[in-house]
Amino acid sequence: MAKSGDKSSSSGKKSLKRKAAAEELQEAAFAGDGATESEGQPPKAAAFPPGFSISEIKNKQRRHLMFTRWKQQQRKEKLAAKKKLKKEREALGDKAPPKPVPKTIDNQRVYDETTVDPNDEEVAYDEATDEFASYFNKQTSPKILITTSDRPHGRTVRLCEQLSTVIPNSHVYYRRGLALKKIIPQCITRDFTDLIVINEDRKTPNGLILSHLPNGPTAHFKMSSVRLRKEIKRRGKDPTEHIPEIILNNFTTRLGHSIGRMFASLFPHNPQFIGRQVATFHNQRDYIFFRFHRYIFRSEKKVGIQELGPRFTLKLRSLQKGTFDSKYGEYEWVHKPREMDTSRRKFHL
Amino acid sequence: MASAAARWNHVWVGTETGILKGVNLQRKQAANFTAGGQPRREESVSALCWGAGGETEILVGCADRTVKHFSTEDGIFQGLRHCPGGEGTFRGLAQADGTIITCVDSGILRVWHDNDKDVSSDPLLEVRVGPGVCRMRQDPAHPHVVATGGKENALKMWDLQGSEEPVFRAKNVRNDWLDLRVPIWDQDIQFLPGSQKLVTCTGYHQVRVYDPASPQRRPVLETTYGEYPLTAMTLTPGGNSVIVGNTHGQLAEIDLRQGRLLGCLKGLAGSVRGLQCHPSKPLLASCGLDRVLRIHRIQNPRGLEHKVYLKSQLNCLLLSDRDNWEDEPQEPQEANKVPLEDTETDELWASLEAAAKRKLSDLEQTQGALQTRRRKKKRPGSTSP
Repeated sequence: MAKSGDKSSSSGKKSLKRKAAAEELQEAAFAGDGATESEGQPPKAAAFPPGFSISEIKNKQRRHLMFTRWKQQQRKEKLAAKKKLKKEREALGDKAPPKPVPKTIDNQRVYDETTVDPNDEEVAYDEATDEFASYFNKQTSPKILITTSDRPHGRTVRLCEQLSTVIPNSHVYYRRGLALKKIIPQCITRDFTDLIVINEDRKTPNGLILSHLPNGPTAHFKMSSVRLRKEIKRRGKDPTEHIPEIILNNFTTRLGHSIGRMFASLFPHNPQFIGRQVATFHNQRDYIFFRFHRYIFRSEKKVGIQELGPRFTLKLRSLQKGTFDSKYGEYEWVHKPREMDTSRRKFHL
Repeated sequence: MASAAARWNHVWVGTETGILKGVNLQRKQAANFTAGGQPRREESVSALCWGAGGETEILVGCADRTVKHFSTEDGIFQGLRHCPGGEGTFRGLAQADGTIITCVDSGILRVWHDNDKDVSSDPLLEVRVGPGVCRMRQDPAHPHVVATGGKENALKMWDLQGSEEPVFRAKNVRNDWLDLRVPIWDQDIQFLPGSQKLVTCTGYHQVRVYDPASPQRRPVLETTYGEYPLTAMTLTPGGNSVIVGNTHGQLAEIDLRQGRLLGCLKGLAGSVRGLQCHPSKPLLASCGLDRVLRIHRIQNPRGLEHKVYLKSQLNCLLLSDRDNWEDEPQEPQEANKVPLEDTETDELWASLEAAAKRKLSDLEQTQGALQTRRRKKKRPGSTSP
């Protein structure tokens, strides 16, 4: 044993492995790990007695070596299998079976029964007469008030300023410790249609309350991954005053529709295509990603985009019917983690 | 046709868009009924109650101050009655001996004569209850006794055949530990069977029991649940407990003998607007702003039985009291004992306007059968075992 130990220290890795393998075999045989014919087995690395796994080797270095060898073996086999499959596909040509689609969580999403069918009349009527009807009938145009929680720090203040350049017809006001329930009636008399409050915690913005004003729903979001303009790499120049276009992606369920409409009602109806600016709200797995880009068509099919403004991620916490009243308001939807997050494949937006 | 099957619906739900939905849990179908053919938000249903003659008629109180008669036998709206006076929507609707009792938000309680010919007649009786009424409830044992309560409007019990003054007027509880007046906001009232007691649930998350027979005008029992306003309440079949729901969709069963919380029911995501328990079976129907009607089983074991997605926000519901939940064999071409294969229900779906539903377990086959504890979720598209 000592002799082989010396040899292992002086020789290369491969011989060390082989010696280690032989030793493992003998040790396993001595230990009696379910080995029946240890002497009869050829001293090869692959032929281990059944019931023995690499994790049972007590020595860490040897265990690690055995594992790395096993891993390399697996990789080789996988590569060989892939090559074989590719050859078979080429050989078959057109008759090859279609490639299997990999399973992703989005693919495996549990079908939500509240998914809106575009032909559904009842839902169409519900949406046509809800609180956003006056916006979608072009009777009102948006006027937004952006504010923060009390005594905001630099990041939040800058985020508000940048948001006000992204959203046209928006005004930023400093929240001088005023109660939202007192701000809201004043906003209504001054014809504001929406109120955005960015909540801040420990000098970073972490929440967003979006309240549609005359008597509309209030959505409360968690905000994360906030990147201000200067933190965005390879960005374009500052956005212009043109009204951007809006993209709302993947808001399929009834709740998703309500939230999507809420976002849409923040922006005026008539996007100025001359400005080539677009704001995107992309929903994936219940997280809403906000991005602001400038695009340019280099040819019929090729587009170049530059990311401009701030970017952040939102997750809906609750949707409350009526303007902001967290204690006594009625909630249309509340996120309950222990009840709703039990399945990794079920999403609500 | 939908009209023929209407009588077998187990639950009737009124929505914000003015549609009355009849849900048959046995066949897992929901049908829409509207007075004018098209939904109208001005007609949003704010109160529902059974009409005279068992469960053959439903009185539907709408936001435009009309009370419509709906026949469950024929599945059509039969009559319309304007009930003007006061402001706000209906907060309570009841019927007694051929009269309709209505109460509106501003506190005008009126008794109307219930006949179709005389559309605009004056009320038989008018009582001013006080502004800010949130609920008016009729005593099922004494149809002429009603109770009202609301925001800053204490609980009052009225005898409509008696005097103009309330029979019982509740007193507010003592000032709290800071010596501040405790505000009043009675959201729902129920009469306890077998005695004269009343239970209320408030917007300040309190549940109170009042006893008019005792000299004490203050509540006999008071408990709190949760941190959010309680919006709906119903009595359980035993009579010893109530189930309350709040604006966050939390449902809880509270024992009235001790004021203890017995257990909670989960599933709702939005504010609870309507709750009703079946008088004999341990079933609870709940509806709310999350647009889903849920039927829970209250005991052994406590859990969700059925869940129906109805596309509009649900305001109020009526659960049928009948014991036999299976359809009676009326027409020979309809299959009655429904085996729960998708193929059989598909034929029925084609002839009815059905909303998408999801069945969770097949327990309603036989009434006295032992219920299995293990439930498997039936994934859409899979065949039942």
